[in-house]
Amino acid sequence: MNLHSGVNAAPVNLNGPGHYVGWHVFQISVANLTVIVVMVLVFLLAVLLPFPKGRGRR
Amino acid sequence: MSTELESESADPGTSAEPDEPETGGWTGGWTGALRRRAVRALPPDKLLPDTQPAYMASWIYVFGVLTLAAFLVVLASGCVLAIEGPAWWRTSNVGHYFNSLHLWSVELFMAFMVVHLWGKFFMAAWRGRRALTWITGAVAFVGSVGTAFTGYLIQQNLDSQWIATQAKDGLNSVGIGAYFNVMNFGQMLMWHIVLLPVVVGVLVVVHLLLVRRRGIVPPLPLPGTGSGAGSDTPAAAPQIEEEP
Repeated sequence: MNLHSGVNAAPVNLNGPGHYVGWHVFQISVANLTVIVVMVLVFLLAVLLPFPKGRGRR
Repeated sequence: MSTELESESADPGTSAEPDEPETGGWTGGWTGALRRRAVRALPPDKLLPDTQPAYMASWIYVFGVLTLAAFLVVLASGCVLAIEGPAWWRTSNVGHYFNSLHLWSVELFMAFMVVHLWGKFFMAAWRGRRALTWITGAVAFVGSVGTAFTGYLIQQNLDSQWIATQAKDGLNSVGIGAYFNVMNFGQMLMWHIVLLPVVVGVLVVVHLLLVRRRGIVPPLPLPGTGSGAGSDTPAAAPQIEEEP
C-alpha cells in the first residue's frame, strides 16, 4: 500500500461532480451547506460553552 | 521632595516639556502636533493594555483575534507565493504546501470573520460611539470577499475560467466591467496582490485602533434589569477595566 495515498486520501471522495440540495429556487452545494452548518455550530458553542478561568482572573 | 514639586508647579514655563499639550500645542511643528493628537487619542496604556474587562472571558470574544491571526498567515503565505512565483507553487512539494496554506488560511479567515460578525451583530457592537469600529469591520469584510474572489480568478485553471465567465455578466450589468474586468488576468492579479490587500490591511489596522480607543463592547443588558455587565459608553468603561 502506498503510504502517500493513505495519508492524502480525503475522507470524502472528491473525484466527481458535486452534490447539490435545493428548495424551489434556492440551491446550494452540500459542501457549502456543511461549512455553513459547522460555522453556526461553532457560533453556538462559542456563546454557550464556559470560558476557562485563567490565573489571577476572578 | 514636596519643595521640588511645588517649585516645578510654580514655574511651568521652565520645568514642563516644551512639546507638552499644556504649553499651547504649537511647538514641534506638524510632527509634534500629530504625536500629541495620537497620544491623546490612544495613550500607551490604552493602546497596549495589560488588563481587559471581566466580561471578555467568553469564547465569542476570541474570534476577533482568531481572524487577525488567520489574516497574518494569509499575508505571510501570500508574500511567499509572490516571491517564488507560479512555477514554484505548481511544481514543487513546498510550493504546493504554501499554495494550500494560503487557501486554507483564507478559508479559516473568512469563517472566523463571519462568526465574529455574527457575535458583534447580535451584541449590537456599534453601541457607545463604536459606529466607526462596526463600519470599518463591515467594509473590511466586503473587501475580503473581493480579495478572495480575485484570488479564485487568478488560479489559471478551469475553476477560475468558469468563475470569470459567470461573473462578467453580472459585473457588466451593473456597469463596472470596464474598470473591473474579470476576464483580464493581469488586472485581477494586481487587484488581488496589491490594491485589495492594501485596502483590507489599512481597514484592519484602523479597526484595531478603534477597538483599542473605544474598548471592547460589553454584553447587552439583561432583559428587565436595565443593566448588563457594563455600560456601553466609553467613559464608563475604565471602571470595569480595573477588574483583572
